[in-house]
Amino acid sequence: MMDFAYWLPIVWAVILVAAISVYVVLDGFDLGIGMLFALERHPGRRDVMVNTIAPVWDGNETWMVLGGAVLYGVFPGAYATLLPAFYLPIVLMLLALIFRGVAFEFRIMTRGTNREGVWNTGFMAGSAIAAFCQGAILGGVVQGIRVVDGAFAGGPLDWLTPFSILCGLSVMCGYALLGATWLIWRTTGVLEASCRRWAARLAVGLFIGIVAVSLWTPLLHAPYLRRWTDWPNIAFVAPVPVLVVVLAALFVMGLRRGHSKGPFLCALGWFFLCLSGLGITVWPYAVPPGLTLWDVSSPPSSQFFQLIGTAILLPIILTYTIYSYHVFRGKVTETDGYH
Amino acid sequence: MQHIHDPALLLARFQFAFTVGVHIIFPAFSIGLAAYLAVLEGLWLRTGQPVFLDLYRYWIKVFSIVFGMGVVSGLVMSYEFGTNWSLFSQKAGPITGVLLSYEVMTAFFLEAGFLGVMLFGMNRVGRGLHFAATCCVSVGTLISMTWILSSNSWMQTPRGYSIDPATGRFMPADWLAIIFNPSFPFRLVHMGLAAFLSVAFVVGATGAWHMLKARRAGKISSEPVRVMFSMAMWMAAVVAPMQILAGDAHGLNTLKYQPAKIAAMEGDWVSEDHAPELLFGIPNMKTEHTDYAVRLPLVGSLILTHSLDGKVPGMKDFPRDQRPPSPVIFFSFRIMVALGVLMMLVGLWSVWLRRNDTLFTNPVFHRVALCMAPAGFLALLCGWVTTEVGRQPWTVYGLLRTSDSVSPVALSSMAFSMTAFVVVYVLVFGSGMGILVRMLGHAPQEGEHDTDPAHAPEILAARVHPAVIDPSTGKGA
Repeated sequence: MMDFAYWLPIVWAVILVAAISVYVVLDGFDLGIGMLFALERHPGRRDVMVNTIAPVWDGNETWMVLGGAVLYGVFPGAYATLLPAFYLPIVLMLLALIFRGVAFEFRIMTRGTNREGVWNTGFMAGSAIAAFCQGAILGGVVQGIRVVDGAFAGGPLDWLTPFSILCGLSVMCGYALLGATWLIWRTTGVLEASCRRWAARLAVGLFIGIVAVSLWTPLLHAPYLRRWTDWPNIAFVAPVPVLVVVLAALFVMGLRRGHSKGPFLCALGWFFLCLSGLGITVWPYAVPPGLTLWDVSSPPSSQFFQLIGTAILLPIILTYTIYSYHVFRGKVTETDGYH
Repeated sequence: MQHIHDPALLLARFQFAFTVGVHIIFPAFSIGLAAYLAVLEGLWLRTGQPVFLDLYRYWIKVFSIVFGMGVVSGLVMSYEFGTNWSLFSQKAGPITGVLLSYEVMTAFFLEAGFLGVMLFGMNRVGRGLHFAATCCVSVGTLISMTWILSSNSWMQTPRGYSIDPATGRFMPADWLAIIFNPSFPFRLVHMGLAAFLSVAFVVGATGAWHMLKARRAGKISSEPVRVMFSMAMWMAAVVAPMQILAGDAHGLNTLKYQPAKIAAMEGDWVSEDHAPELLFGIPNMKTEHTDYAVRLPLVGSLILTHSLDGKVPGMKDFPRDQRPPSPVIFFSFRIMVALGVLMMLVGLWSVWLRRNDTLFTNPVFHRVALCMAPAGFLALLCGWVTTEVGRQPWTVYGLLRTSDSVSPVALSSMAFSMTAFVVVYVLVFGSGMGILVRMLGHAPQEGEHDTDPAHAPEILAARVHPAVIDPSTGKGA
């Protein structure tokens, strides 16, 4: 017999992790490009960087709205404990995303005035702060929050620990890497060459981050450690670190041989593996260390009604999202400047 | 339960009101403007007249800015339910969260997915496909409005639920009853018309400004300016009276399902038939009396029940702890109605001028139309204040109190975020408004610069986003 109350939260957990992964990948390179403004000062090349994402960033950010909405509708218990727990970093992230979101248009519309610099800085700083907050929140979820009677019962700065700061910095580094490799794919000339240089350094940074977080995470809670060391779990999880190293080798090769798509795909692979690894570690908790998926989920009738819509709509959404990327495919070059 | 005057609760409410109040401007603007752009592009494709393309190019720049501000301010809203109202989300999430998810999946993705093509894709896809993209964006804004108003209306007139005795959660029982709850159709029509009307008055004021400017320079205003002014004034003349009828119907619906809200809106304390309408007054919640009242005999019953002896409710019918704060909504309601009547008068005046062929030459009317630029948006905000403050002291009407909905967030965090929101919103959205006003201060370019309509897409793209054009081919990058 199908037990909906048991299976629905699992199905939804998979969908939610998939939606978060899509978000991280898509908005990751957006935010990364914002951060790379710190390294690229040339106004023409900055415009090229922005133009590679201008037609698609709205859609990318929508995945984050979806994540919030799914959490709210399907796992209201998690939504209602995690959001108050991460109140400050979430507010900070939202404000940062406001700055960077409007900067797309505002930096063009204020061109030639002294305010243009404000919006370029806003684009850069907004991207960096949003990336840091996302990493810190992710780290904060993994390290767990204090919950009493199904409600958050900790302090406003509980999330701020060396572990969450490390996660925040790693995500900044990772997003910048996604941005740089995306630009390798989508641009040419001086910009592409600079991106290859930056990508190499950022990859080293991210690799160190991944290793540090991976070694630290199992020490946070005893069940996390068992997940990675007990038989037969170890047979399932062992490929993850191995694949990380394989991808690192492919990445170095792609970068050296001048592949245009290869480095980006490797960076995506890293993100995918990291998120899977975290998922494996935290499973089956939605709000570690106390609340499981089933503790926080909404009634099966809500989950089922939403699942029907998702099953129909998500494939349609993916289709036209891919179409939109297809319309704006190809290299964006520096000769595409003003006239 | 927190006390109703708890500072953290008040801050949570004020912060939510502030962020949603700023946000609502942009989606309303997008709803109206996307529909206007779809009409303009459709007319261009159908008639081939370049003036419609000129106007499309002009207003799509505005749209790109407005839409962007809507996305980022809306992102805040989708998380603020949890940050500020975690107990509400926990209990009502199984219903309102699902409706929000449907909004994201049916509307937000549709809008965002085709926005890129709409803004930058005119030279990359065919004309038909581009028009389809514009229509998708416009339909997306309408679908989005439908879901969020369904969710909001459910909070006002909840149906189709049961309450889980163990957790106090709202459990969905009948999704059709939830979605099509009693106040939803009225709120949907009222809000949709409000969005169209708000944009009509912004477009009209822009046209009026450029006609006044041309007049001062001793020139005749250009064709696009006249066309946009004329279209906007048609909209005002047709939609403003419809809006007053829709508002009246919504009022009857509210009287049926939320009588306490009506009593507070009207400043009535004692239930009576042959009730007067208060033109002015200051409702006092403590003394249970409306001071300085100016009454119109019998009109209250007439408006609310459509008969002279109809019974209208008074606030004393309801316990003190179930009355909405009358001093706020008494005024917000009256300002909204006054603006609505003004908009209708402007619309009717425009019809009169049109008959006399002086629509484009009467400077007094143009000045009035210019002053009316914010009228639609102000009325819309006043309407939202009326319906939301009028729902108090409940989040889910009659079932879940606002004081039982708020998050366990420290007062210091709430105060910090409130300050940050105000500073950032004033800076960002203030700059955005400044950019919009400067943009509208420039008259629309006419097609004469490039008479070949086939080249128009490149010009459009160049103006919206200078760097996407490759000069060697004239094609986008």
